[in-house]
Amino acid sequence: MKIDKWIKENTFHHSAFEDLDKLVKEKEKQNLKISLCIPTLNEEKTIGKEIVLFNSELMTRYPLLDEIAVIDSGSIDNTLEVARSFGADTYLASDILPNLDNKKGKGENLWKAIYQLKGDIIVYIDADIKNIHPRFVYGLLAPLIYNKKTKYVKAFYDRPLAFSEGIRPSGGGRVTEILIRPLFSLFFPELSAIIQPLSGEYAVRREVLEKLSFPIGYGVETAHLLDIYREYGMDAFAQTDLDQRVHRNQETMSLGKMSFGILQTFLHRMKSYGMMTDIPELSTILRQFQAHDDVFESIEQEIVEEERPPMITIPEYLKKRGNK
Amino acid sequence: MKDKMFEILKSIPDMEKKLREIRDVLLTNLVMLGEIPSPTFQEQSRMNFLVHRFNQYNLLNCSTDEIGNGLGILPGKSGDRNILLVAHMDSEYDDKADHTISIQPNSVTGPGVADNALGLAVIASLPYILEKLNIELNSNLILMGSARSLGAGNLEGIRFFLDNTDINISTGLSVEGVRLGRLSNSAIGMARCEVHYWVPEGYDWTQFGAVGSIVTLNEFINRILEIPIPTRPATSIVFSSIESGRGYSKVSTEAELKFEIQSESEEMVEQLLQQINSIAIEIATKTAARVVVKELSRRKPGGIDFSHPLVTNARKIMETMDIKPRITPSMSELSAFIDAGIPALTIGISSLETASKTAESVKIDPMYKGLAQLISLLVAIDKGYCDEN
Repeated sequence: MKIDKWIKENTFHHSAFEDLDKLVKEKEKQNLKISLCIPTLNEEKTIGKEIVLFNSELMTRYPLLDEIAVIDSGSIDNTLEVARSFGADTYLASDILPNLDNKKGKGENLWKAIYQLKGDIIVYIDADIKNIHPRFVYGLLAPLIYNKKTKYVKAFYDRPLAFSEGIRPSGGGRVTEILIRPLFSLFFPELSAIIQPLSGEYAVRREVLEKLSFPIGYGVETAHLLDIYREYGMDAFAQTDLDQRVHRNQETMSLGKMSFGILQTFLHRMKSYGMMTDIPELSTILRQFQAHDDVFESIEQEIVEEERPPMITIPEYLKKRGNK
Repeated sequence: MKDKMFEILKSIPDMEKKLREIRDVLLTNLVMLGEIPSPTFQEQSRMNFLVHRFNQYNLLNCSTDEIGNGLGILPGKSGDRNILLVAHMDSEYDDKADHTISIQPNSVTGPGVADNALGLAVIASLPYILEKLNIELNSNLILMGSARSLGAGNLEGIRFFLDNTDINISTGLSVEGVRLGRLSNSAIGMARCEVHYWVPEGYDWTQFGAVGSIVTLNEFINRILEIPIPTRPATSIVFSSIESGRGYSKVSTEAELKFEIQSESEEMVEQLLQQINSIAIEIATKTAARVVVKELSRRKPGGIDFSHPLVTNARKIMETMDIKPRITPSMSELSAFIDAGIPALTIGISSLETASKTAESVKIDPMYKGLAQLISLLVAIDKGYCDEN
């Protein structure tokens, strides 16, 4: 079966790439520049450790990364101060491409990183990983460095959720299993080979990133997978097992909002691909309920999945990159 | 005549400044070692990481032994002398605890960060640090993470190494995460014990004195407190923990008490232990319950004199750096060095910011001083300035 073949040939474990000397040599041979982007919003508790570890292991000891940048959505805690104190380049997303209207969301930070950072490859790592380790970066970069055909490498994990009484060995990925996997299986069966399509850690070649449009909210990872699959097929993807990722657990209400945003992105893609023509105007209001004693309180929230166009269509970007 | 330590002392401020540049390497090792759970007798994963680090720095003889110590040798130019630097790898936190460490601009927080992930991180980082400072010692530097140090481990790792190695160790340094200023040149005698009380099957609750474990253990403690404790030799009995009972409405039937007898005199430790054993037998007889005193570990008192050049030069280094030496007897790896007749010290690296049941927090800024004092002392030992005439 084609999916099994793809999984076998494109699924890795980070331990296969532990020889960082070899990896750096290959990177230098190809004259690649690599940027790490950490999108943040109020991450002062975990950001310091991420930067110290990546700086020490992947810049000082093994020069795999050429820059570490934090792109922030406007934290009200000390995220940027902490990041700066440990030597990261720090940016407020709204200061990048200031002539454009201001939008707020993780996808916005990821998109602006394409303009701001210099790497031929950009690796994105979330800032809320409690058990951060250099493998989170080199595990994603290695398949790109060793195989020029690979364009996008996604992380997957044995995902424990952090609980106060200790660490539970399994769980997490509820939106993946309840929403994304069924959707992919229905409409894009090959993409169901991606074990954790929503993981926030991935590495991508610039030549691909700059051609992608970016939902600024929950749908950014889903949109990437769909668009890259459509343009390049499964051969563009690889995935790496990074073992455990300890992170904050999200409440079901938050997962509902996330699913609502992702569904918007998915349905818009279906329409634009011509796979669903009769989709009505989608509502952007999500209604959820909260119980207080015997009273059920209705909570309505507007969630609009706005998108940024491909960076390659932004004149400032073309000017900065010398119209390459 | 100029003090032979002059050049070393003069170089300290510059060294301290350079050490700030390697902050991230030390903090990274602290996080990566400290996030690996390492309860006593289960240090293997932490040891594997340490030995892997030693391998990355091209140390010689990167290896482990049958106890689970992690070792590597940084060869000296002449190799005439062997200095052993040791930090224990085990931690008081079990493997179920969340071992996440967080770094803030001024501090590092997590379980076992102070005791002794920081000490171990210093050992792991030292080859890199010495290279960056362009310091090449004449002596071989043996770097060791010792296993089975705490509690029931009873320093088994370091004792095993010292008992079985063919290498002639000239000087030992035991590195502890905290506190900066700690200077231990002697060990006090110690017996670490657990008392187990339990009511046997078919116990007659109607007999005189049948009151359950809590009251009986309370009586046991009161009787210990009645023992006269001498001021010379300095002696004390430290009650460390007590556990008993399962809730309301039930008389507790089991209890456990942990305590240590500490004294400058080995004989006093033995004498007190015998007295406590007698009390246990008496109480067991009176109550018809089982009371067992179990000795977990024992240390002999001893050490090098306060006037030993290793101590005086360590004090000179600290005083030059405005670190106030805190001379305290040790019960750590130092005891094993003392038993083996090797001149040795225990020193600390940083200051404790906070400590709770689930985590410890150490300050970052004092680490540079802590490292500078350690390296200066190493250089002094290497040059033979700390040898006794």
